Amino acid sequence: MKVLVPVKRVIDYNVKVRVKADQTGVDLANVKMAMNPFCEIAVEEAVRLKERGVATEVVVVSIGPLQAQDTLRTALALGADRGLVLQTDSDVQPLETAKLLKAVVEAEKPDLVLMGKQAIDGDNNAVGQMLAALLGWPQATYASKLVVEGGKALVTREVDGGLQTLELDLPAVVTADLRLNEPRYASLPNIMKAKKKPIEIKPAADFGVDIAGRLTVLKVTEPPKRAAGIKVETAADLVAHLKTAGVL
Amino acid sequence: MAVLVIADHDNVTLKDNTHKTVTAALKLSSEVDVLVAGAAVDAVAADAAKIAGVRTVLTAQSPALGQQIAEAVTAAVSPLASGYEAILIPATAAGKNFAPRLAALLDVAPISEIIEVVSADTFVRPIYAGNALETIQSTDAKKVITVRPTAFAAAADGGSATIEAVDAGAGAPHTRFVSDELAQSDRPELGAAKIVVSGGRALGSAEEFHRVIEPLADKLGAAVGASRAAVDAGYAPNDYQVGQTGKVVAPALYLAIGISGAIQHLAGMKDSKIIAAINKDPDAPIFQVADFGLVADYKTAVPELMEALAAAGK
Repeated sequence: MKVLVPVKRVIDYNVKVRVKADQTGVDLANVKMAMNPFCEIAVEEAVRLKERGVATEVVVVSIGPLQAQDTLRTALALGADRGLVLQTDSDVQPLETAKLLKAVVEAEKPDLVLMGKQAIDGDNNAVGQMLAALLGWPQATYASKLVVEGGKALVTREVDGGLQTLELDLPAVVTADLRLNEPRYASLPNIMKAKKKPIEIKPAADFGVDIAGRLTVLKVTEPPKRAAGIKVETAADLVAHLKTAGVL
Repeated sequence: MAVLVIADHDNVTLKDNTHKTVTAALKLSSEVDVLVAGAAVDAVAADAAKIAGVRTVLTAQSPALGQQIAEAVTAAVSPLASGYEAILIPATAAGKNFAPRLAALLDVAPISEIIEVVSADTFVRPIYAGNALETIQSTDAKKVITVRPTAFAAAADGGSATIEAVDAGAGAPHTRFVSDELAQSDRPELGAAKIVVSGGRALGSAEEFHRVIEPLADKLGAAVGASRAAVDAGYAPNDYQVGQTGKVVAPALYLAIGISGAIQHLAGMKDSKIIAAINKDPDAPIFQVADFGLVADYKTAVPELMEALAAAGK
């Protein structure tokens, strides 16, 4: 069984994001980039499927600039087998990302697409669901547990107020939530091994998808700042202030 | 231009998120319909018909819709799409699950989790977990939008919409419902609670988290949250997590106990109306966003707080 894991290169989640003064976006110059945390969980889960003998090959794909191959290299060090970059310097929006991934799925023919529930830059939480729709495949988002057996995926999902378990016919799209697993740290030997694993780089333009997005960003601004309030001396003072503020 | 709102409900109760999404819809159009897709939802539909400003309530009913399976919901909604210029969906776990699927079927770029309607085609939404706000304009003729409920006031009752049944669609042929495991808790849901009491790494253990945070939350009728550090350390379950990678909350009162205030935690709660923090480190970043800060060890401060609340009649 082949597993395809789309991954995204984003600002490292520990970095404080700064909005550019001209309001055109956030400042990405000289900022530490890393694999989106949810993508990392998806890669880890795919690698575990391979280690359990369920998956035979784990292919990672990323859409973005040439540096996306660094992110793929991280995924290869975690245990993925090979990588594919759909190279573009454009900021590809979710619908077009899903269309590009559909083209990749049609070429690679995976039995399972396993991906993060959302990227922590755009916070859209959309690509997995859209890819499933475009392929006509079933979907299970926000997975906290995944069992693949006999052409089916048993997925426990984080839903409002608890968990839901669904059984999907493969092929299917599953998106990873935080609780699915705790990704391993790549060992030095595996990092060295990953350098020899193949990464193919293709222009995104070759996939026959119009990647111009339908959404125009008019401006990006700082959220209203919260001013620091006051320090209170005792718990009783705190309660008094909260009562005055009308929240108790 | 008519707008369709997809109701948030659990087949028994209509959730307030629906009323809030109707408020966003009424900013786009005076012709607002609500679809209640579920199983045995006549009572839910009757409640939706009472929301002021709603023109018609549509009901689609099948077992797969009752389980909110994405394929089933999109199969029921897509045939209705031609009658609407925008479809608005509360940005709950269920809504965010099917909204992009619907958008892709309609070849529309979804607009996720708006917090403001600027005009019929322009919206504000948070990116980078709320560390930046993006104003975006859509060129699609039809729009599929999820709405962050905490950003909109709930539409009041007072309407009397007509109720019509529509086709339930083809269901979900490749997905089978296995089971639900819903938290048996009398506490409000984290995302919808008016007060949230959150604990951080300072609590030091799951037992301590349980012993300190939960009684305080219950005294206040609050939901329980936790920082990622507390969740990672195993003090609290993952679904308590507030932050960039967990839940984004905006209650009237957010009470942070022993939480330092890492960027990624602040991203999940800084839109709360009032933030109060108890932390023994006077330099903890949480105090930079807290309206009221108490520099104290939670071990003494929380019992004192419980007493003060009791004295105040809580």
